Amino acid sequence: MTEIPLILLLFIFVLACFIGFELISKVPPTLHTPLMSGANAISGITIVGALIVSGADSSLMTQILGIIAIIFATINVVGGFMVTDRMLEMFKKKGDDK
Amino acid sequence: MSPFLPDYIVSFLPDAIQLIYLVATAFFIRGLKLLGSPATARKGNQLAAIGMLIGIIVTLFDQQIISFEWIIAGVLVGSLIGAVLAKKVAMTAMPELVAVFNGFGGGASALVAWGELSKFSDPSLMDTTSLVTTGLSIFIGALTLTGSFVAFGKLKGFISGNAITFPGLNVINIGSMIGVVALIGVFTFDPTNQTIFWIILGLSLLIGITSVIPIGGADMPVVISLLNSYSGLAAALAGFVLGNNLLIVSGALVGAAGLILTQIMCKAMNRSLFNVIFGSFGGDSSSSVSSGTDGDKTVRETSATDLAIQVAYASKVVIVPGYGLAVAQAQHMIKEVATKLEERGVQVKYGIHPVAGRMPGHMNVLLAEADVPYDQLYDMDQINPEFATTDVVLVIGANDVVNPMAKTSPESPIYGMPILNVDEAKRTVVFKRSLSFGYAGIDNPLFYTEKNQMFFGDAKKSLQALSEALKDV
Repeated sequence: MTEIPLILLLFIFVLACFIGFELISKVPPTLHTPLMSGANAISGITIVGALIVSGADSSLMTQILGIIAIIFATINVVGGFMVTDRMLEMFKKKGDDK
Repeated sequence: MSPFLPDYIVSFLPDAIQLIYLVATAFFIRGLKLLGSPATARKGNQLAAIGMLIGIIVTLFDQQIISFEWIIAGVLVGSLIGAVLAKKVAMTAMPELVAVFNGFGGGASALVAWGELSKFSDPSLMDTTSLVTTGLSIFIGALTLTGSFVAFGKLKGFISGNAITFPGLNVINIGSMIGVVALIGVFTFDPTNQTIFWIILGLSLLIGITSVIPIGGADMPVVISLLNSYSGLAAALAGFVLGNNLLIVSGALVGAAGLILTQIMCKAMNRSLFNVIFGSFGGDSSSSVSSGTDGDKTVRETSATDLAIQVAYASKVVIVPGYGLAVAQAQHMIKEVATKLEERGVQVKYGIHPVAGRMPGHMNVLLAEADVPYDQLYDMDQINPEFATTDVVLVIGANDVVNPMAKTSPESPIYGMPILNVDEAKRTVVFKRSLSFGYAGIDNPLFYTEKNQMFFGDAKKSLQALSEALKDV
């Protein structure tokens, strides 16, 4: 693993938090649910970590933990994005379609 | 995959992976930005999904990954489960599903940290930073997992929606949290001690259960938002463990998003986050509060034909939906009634309280499913000035969010909570099964005012009757 100094990681973390606050703070209430489930799907990014952990040539224990992590994270990612899409598909303005 | 690639590519790979992670991050940020407007939200979600795909594919080129069988199997199983859940779920069950997905995300992050730890035959070889973040990641991830599943159980009705609590529970919860943090500190100095590790894991799982159990059903929007925030935080912490920027940035974005929603929900109930988590609000404990004017408590009932005439000749009708609408699955029926009224030239608007339902924006999703255009849905601040010029307000399955005691009665537990001022309208009609209390466990004086009429029964059936009656007006 390429070692990145902790302080640098902390900088990234804090700055990303600020971006998150800026991005979300003006979202209209209508979109609160899709926003939450979309953000929830993004938190499934931990799948990347799960891939790294479970793909390594290591003990059985690590393999098992890794594979469960992959399954959990994939449910989160695939289900999260799909259900968000399903919801947003329904959001229509007056006069749209039909 | 690296064994199959020529050396000159392999030497460049780590940097290339980081660069592409940066691209994925940009997709997430852009996606979240677009999710902020109804017109672009769908595209935003798709962008975020593409970012995720990019992140996953490029990770497979990581030199640490050398076996793919298990990965493929895991991804297939997870995708299948996720897809089936996403396709099958009824829109009314959306809060449960979001809770479950949250739980899986948090659990995955805890497992990633645990897996990384288990790679070391001698954990004392890990540096202090990694040990601390591993401990924290397991803590937050595990409590998100169990907390989300308790929330799921409450929403689904497996576990009582009331606040389940006993004296000293808060003390136990706070004590356990401090205990876990302290144990993580001990673990950092003595990482080979398996017992400490298991206690940290066990306590974290337990805290998830005991901290969500005492929270009442009406506070679920706060809990779900907060758990959403935790799942992001857990991912970011797993990123610290692995030294992975993509995880840290994405986790931080989600953590911030969840926190903002939590804040909005708390504000909409005029309660602090601390009060929601430790207040054990809702249920019977607060029912001792008197409704103010006891004495004459007569209600006026209305019937479908009677109400049909009132709304058919109104010029403006506002519909106020609440959790009862979701329970009765009456969203399509309300749309049918609204359409009939609009055909007669009645102006129909929907007034939606921020915490109506069981998750942020719950009502909006339900009404969207019934094809109600989103520009007909009005926030509390937009609709409140309009009630004075409204002829009839139809309150469907909402209670506490229209309770005037929030404005008038300082001793009421909901005093100070911003409400929809339906009592300013010329007439209110409350669709309700019975005169039972709302989740706050208090009576609603609105029911007994002269301007109010009650339409008792299942919301869906009542609306159906109203719709039928409208044909004959």
